[in-house]
Amino acid sequence: MNYMKMEIPARSENESFVRVVVAAFAARLDPTLEELNEVKTAVSEAVTNCIIHAYDNIEEGIIMITVSLDGNKLSLEIEDYGKGIMDIEQAREPLYTEKPELERAGMGFSIMENFMDELFVESVPGKGTRVTMIRTLGKKHTWDSH
Amino acid sequence: MQVKLIRRKNGLVVRLNGELDHHTATVFREVIDKELSKNLVHNLVVNFENLTFMDSSGIGAILGRYRQVKAKGGKMVFCGLSEHIKKIMQLGGLLTIIPVCSDENKALASLL
Repeated sequence: MNYMKMEIPARSENESFVRVVVAAFAARLDPTLEELNEVKTAVSEAVTNCIIHAYDNIEEGIIMITVSLDGNKLSLEIEDYGKGIMDIEQAREPLYTEKPELERAGMGFSIMENFMDELFVESVPGKGTRVTMIRTLGKKHTWDSH
Repeated sequence: MQVKLIRRKNGLVVRLNGELDHHTATVFREVIDKELSKNLVHNLVVNFENLTFMDSSGIGAILGRYRQVKAKGGKMVFCGLSEHIKKIMQLGGLLTIIPVCSDENKALASLL
């Protein structure tokens, strides 16, 4: 199994950087452009949640991103040490947001669920949150070559 | 991300270039709101042709402008949507309230 880890401060300008790094690492599974776009979007949602919700835009907060490749399975782990989620079920509901005043659409978890095969959310209030997402990539390529 | 504004007779054309996420949504908001506050135009055409990425922060920012335009009796039209951006918008429910045209001229014409 191959993997990479990165640590970034919770600054919004890092969102695009994380997307590019994750996409570059996932590229070795020979994903389609659509798959890559979907993975990038899911990562972007998870990292944005850390910045806005876990750390309330406090830029010193730390976000850990781990990407693992096992066969053609991509696993993403996005972890923060912020305020945590009191009610995970409610947070995962489409259109639910704690910050409507910031024009949040409340679609972050819905998009992660839609674009990835599996989504797990673990959180301890006051300690932090870990979002794990799994997606099998390059399916089309496998079908074509058999 | 760059936000280019072009004032036309039928409305304001907003051409987006780059990536629309939580970080760049601030620019999107500020540039458009400044223009809308002048009360010279009420209609908005948003051209996504050169937008290479958008996530749910984009949905929120677009909905915010949509509410303003609607409150002033104006209309909002989209054009130049890639398949990926279309999918994000569908998930966010935007395409049930905002019409989509294939290009900028058709979008402007639809506002007549």
